[in-house]
Amino acid sequence: MIESFGWPEFMFLVRATGWTLVLTVVAFLFGSIVGGAFAIMRLAQSRILRNVASVYILVIQSVPVLMVLFLSYYGLSLAGFDIPPLIAASLSLGIYVSAYLAEIWRGSIEAVPFQQWEASSSLAMTRGQQYRYVILPQALRISVPPTVGFLVQLVKNTSIVSVVGFVDLARAGQLINNATFQPFQVFGSVAVIYFLICFPLSRLSKHLEKVLHVGRTH
Amino acid sequence: MSAVHIENVHKSFGKLEVLKGVSLTVEAGQVVAIIGRSGSGKSTLLRCINGLETIQSGRIEVVGHTVTYTDEKLRALRKDVGIVFQSYNLFPHLTVGQNIMLAPRITKGVPKEEARAQAEKVLAQVGLSEKFDVYPDNLSGGQQQRVAIARSLAMQPKVMLFDEVTSALDPELTGEVLLVMEELARGGMTMLLVTHEMNFARSVADFTVFMHQGKVWEMGPSEELFSHPKTPELAAFVKSTLK
Ligand SMILES: Nc1ncnc2c1ncn2[C@@H]1O[C@H](COP(=O)(O)OP(=O)(O)OP(=O)(O)O)[C@@H](O)[C@H]1O
Ligand SMILES: [Mg+2]
Repeated sequence: MIESFGWPEFMFLVRATGWTLVLTVVAFLFGSIVGGAFAIMRLAQSRILRNVASVYILVIQSVPVLMVLFLSYYGLSLAGFDIPPLIAASLSLGIYVSAYLAEIWRGSIEAVPFQQWEASSSLAMTRGQQYRYVILPQALRISVPPTVGFLVQLVKNTSIVSVVGFVDLARAGQLINNATFQPFQVFGSVAVIYFLICFPLSRLSKHLEKVLHVGRTH
Repeated sequence: MSAVHIENVHKSFGKLEVLKGVSLTVEAGQVVAIIGRSGSGKSTLLRCINGLETIQSGRIEVVGHTVTYTDEKLRALRKDVGIVFQSYNLFPHLTVGQNIMLAPRITKGVPKEEARAQAEKVLAQVGLSEKFDVYPDNLSGGQQQRVAIARSLAMQPKVMLFDEVTSALDPELTGEVLLVMEELARGGMTMLLVTHEMNFARSVADFTVFMHQGKVWEMGPSEELFSHPKTPELAAFVKSTLK
């Protein structure tokens, strides 16, 4: 039976959008925490910590996220763990996100002039205090554009989770198109929804940059 | 006991030996200028005194601290030794007041009100009371450098180090910074300053040290050192700076 692209189909897209958003947010939060820790480890004074972080980042960045996804979904269920697709999907994406954010943030931290380290250590601050009060606030501002750029990519890349049976926005579009065969309406709507998510993010980035820029005239 | 005691210090960067057995003693309340050609090791010597550079041999004692490279010992040392850099290095994301209050509050646990009063005092000392809530980028170079000095003073150091603090400034702005330093000197602060301002060294510093090729080549009371150089190297250097 051939249906047409109407209100129920559109609502189906909207619900799928919800899942795309949930996945993005969970993956990003998980990835931020783990990635933040690895960014700092990458710059630690201890060589062991630095090496551990380097290896983690290198491995995750060299493996397609699809493999991580298969491993966590099929691999873990073979090993006897029964994990729902949502958990498998957000965990895998989160791991992928953590490696990239670790690198983005390491770069942002390194972009803070080394004189800021010298000045703060000359004022008897501990390394933790230097990070907290001097380095990270400056690195944060530097990191906003690349981080948001990555987040926008992430919103779109979440579509990869359809391979483990997860119905996100892109997958929902496919399903509806298979039923209605109205690709222009269906994928047009899907594209508009992606745009409506990503465009405000870019604007937010500009806004954040300004807010975090207080007091700097150039 | 001397405020700063440097004994036969050797320092290399890789194969390049920059300090070749430097000894120098500074008594409390003295102002000592360090002069010399570019690359002679002046900044390196100064940075060794607060442990920013690690020495290979010799000994440095500063107001009761032997310079030792553990985090804890370095922090204890740096609570007593202030340093001001050529490039100010204020924290750009903090206001002038926050720049000054930050370290006393978090490293010495000074209560907020006390830190604020102290910040207002040192800011007045450098003549910038009205800039408390301004961000560094909205200040001139000379004002930024005076804030950097105030930030150091707020830690109530026993020794202050200055590394060419006027070299990045437009000539018309150097005066205001030198004036602040002169007042500090008059107030009895123990100071070591690397400088290219020969007139300032001559008139303000009790002693001047001429560094050459990684050594203390010649030193003495400033007036005497400038008017009667004993070594041809110093004579040539003094002459070159008069031009
Ligand atoms: N971090 C470093 N790594 C390698 N070499 C260095 C480093 N810092 C300084 N040097 C070298 O050590 C020598 C002495 O440098 P230093 O900065 O102490 O000279 P200076 O007398 O302060 O000169 P200037 O008047 O130009 O500031 C120079 O040859 C310099 O290139
Ligand atoms: Mg120098």
